[in-house]
Amino acid sequence: MTVPAPAGLEPSRRGAISAFFAPKRRTRLTLLLGPPMVWLVVVYLGAIAALLVSAFWSVDSFTENIVHQFSTANLHTVVTEPIYRTVAVRTIAVAVAVTAIDAVIAFPMAFYMSVVASPRMRRLLVVAVLTPLWASYLVKAYAWRTLFAPNGPLSWTTGGHTPGYGLTATVVTLAYMWLPYMVIPVYAGFERLPRSLFEASADLGGTPWRTVRSVVVPLVFPAIAAGSIFTFSLTLGDYIAVGIVGGKTQLIANVISDQVTLNQPLAAAVSLVPLTAIVLYLAAMRRTGALENV
Amino acid sequence: MFLSARTRFVLRLLMIVGLAFLYVPLGIVVLNAFNKSRTFAFPPTGYTLRWWRAAADNSGAIDGLQNSVKAGLGATAIALVLGTMAAFAVQRYRFFGRSTVSFLVILPIALPGIVTGIALQNAFHSVLAVDLSLWTIIIGHATFCVVIVFNNVQARLRRTGSSLEEASADLGATGWQTFRMVTFPGLRGALVAGGLLAFGLSFDEIVVTNFTAPADVQTLPIWIFGNLFRPNQAPIVNVVAAVLIVLAIVPVWIAQRITDDAATSRF
Repeated sequence: MTVPAPAGLEPSRRGAISAFFAPKRRTRLTLLLGPPMVWLVVVYLGAIAALLVSAFWSVDSFTENIVHQFSTANLHTVVTEPIYRTVAVRTIAVAVAVTAIDAVIAFPMAFYMSVVASPRMRRLLVVAVLTPLWASYLVKAYAWRTLFAPNGPLSWTTGGHTPGYGLTATVVTLAYMWLPYMVIPVYAGFERLPRSLFEASADLGGTPWRTVRSVVVPLVFPAIAAGSIFTFSLTLGDYIAVGIVGGKTQLIANVISDQVTLNQPLAAAVSLVPLTAIVLYLAAMRRTGALENV
Repeated sequence: MFLSARTRFVLRLLMIVGLAFLYVPLGIVVLNAFNKSRTFAFPPTGYTLRWWRAAADNSGAIDGLQNSVKAGLGATAIALVLGTMAAFAVQRYRFFGRSTVSFLVILPIALPGIVTGIALQNAFHSVLAVDLSLWTIIIGHATFCVVIVFNNVQARLRRTGSSLEEASADLGATGWQTFRMVTFPGLRGALVAGGLLAFGLSFDEIVVTNFTAPADVQTLPIWIFGNLFRPNQAPIVNVVAAVLIVLAIVPVWIAQRITDDAATSRF
């Protein structure tokens, strides 16, 4: 607890008081911080570090044992093999498409929740949007497998004109699963928007459409960027939903998961692709001010 | 209000469409759990409870349920302890590297699940040379559940401030008395909500679990995934999926009643 020194005390006694508390506070902080930090640094960061190191090892093609000898061969394979480039480009294209679809769906929803809905309704809608986020990830992918099935609901409503399992189904399913991650930051962005700006724009003769275009969209953009961090990162790491609705479609995470039992060091090297992509994306988003909006 | 009646109508319509997009697929899964047809042709020709009885007798699904509950309880217990400690440190102390702590707590949920999964598998397998077991599942789940408890407790601590604790100290309470009689009762809601949500997150996790589970310990999501592509298991998969939807949503609604920050604690 930060106990502010009583204002009436002269500086020397104040110093004495904090000196008395300091060692004890230090100890308490160390005790509080120690276990969670040991867990996260040793268990988590340690594991990530070991993974990165293992990317430089190789597998003996004869004994199938891991050879602990430094080599950049795996990285070289990942950069030069066309298959990895194709899959990486496809994955990023899917991530961009999913992000764009979610932004388009989320914008009017967040707009309605924040500006049109009554305060009571607003709270209900926030919970309604967030609840599916907690419903089983696997079940959500499965739900779309059911929807896209040859004799399923989509086929029934469209008279058999569904894309079936494949790239389109993958994009739709991922957009569905990550939508709440986009709605909530955008909603928070709308909540920070001063209402007086709407009136100012209207007073200056702006039509509603003009106000949305010239005032709302630019100001909400950092919030959309914040939401895109989730949609982007989650797409780069997904392989299960892709496997369920994607047919033969492969994204980068599928390649990693297929490779991990055969050639762990190569899988580690491939996992550098989504890792690097996310770090670069975060760095880019940082410049838009999106990180303060998460 | 600068919006015309027509614009507001269009926005309301888009809101309804958005909510329908979120809920219709889940509704279809629940509906299919009662679908009489074995091939789940749509629209259903009739409804039955037969699959529910079959699911209740399915030992794989029941085992999966038990393992999921065990893993969820273990991970939640660890996350409650570690998350609360980290939240206290960050909210009640000023120290060098404070923002790094928050960053570190969020990292396991921010990085792609597959990276966390293969990193832990590699650590268990090659670095520590331990066999995968229920415990390795729990360790993996606890790592990304910490953030949920952390966010809930931190939000509560930020809102209440430390004036009540100072008052308690001024009135002569010892540190332990203050914790037991002032701090803890104030936190109870946040802890219950955080615990429920951490359990919910662990309960349906599959990406990390896939890499930290041994072949003979299946959680419910792993069981579903293993049976997803077998047409003759489809009726039971539908029932289990419906159960998972309900089991995941109920804790969120309860947690939301306890504290307003609950549902947003993944952010």
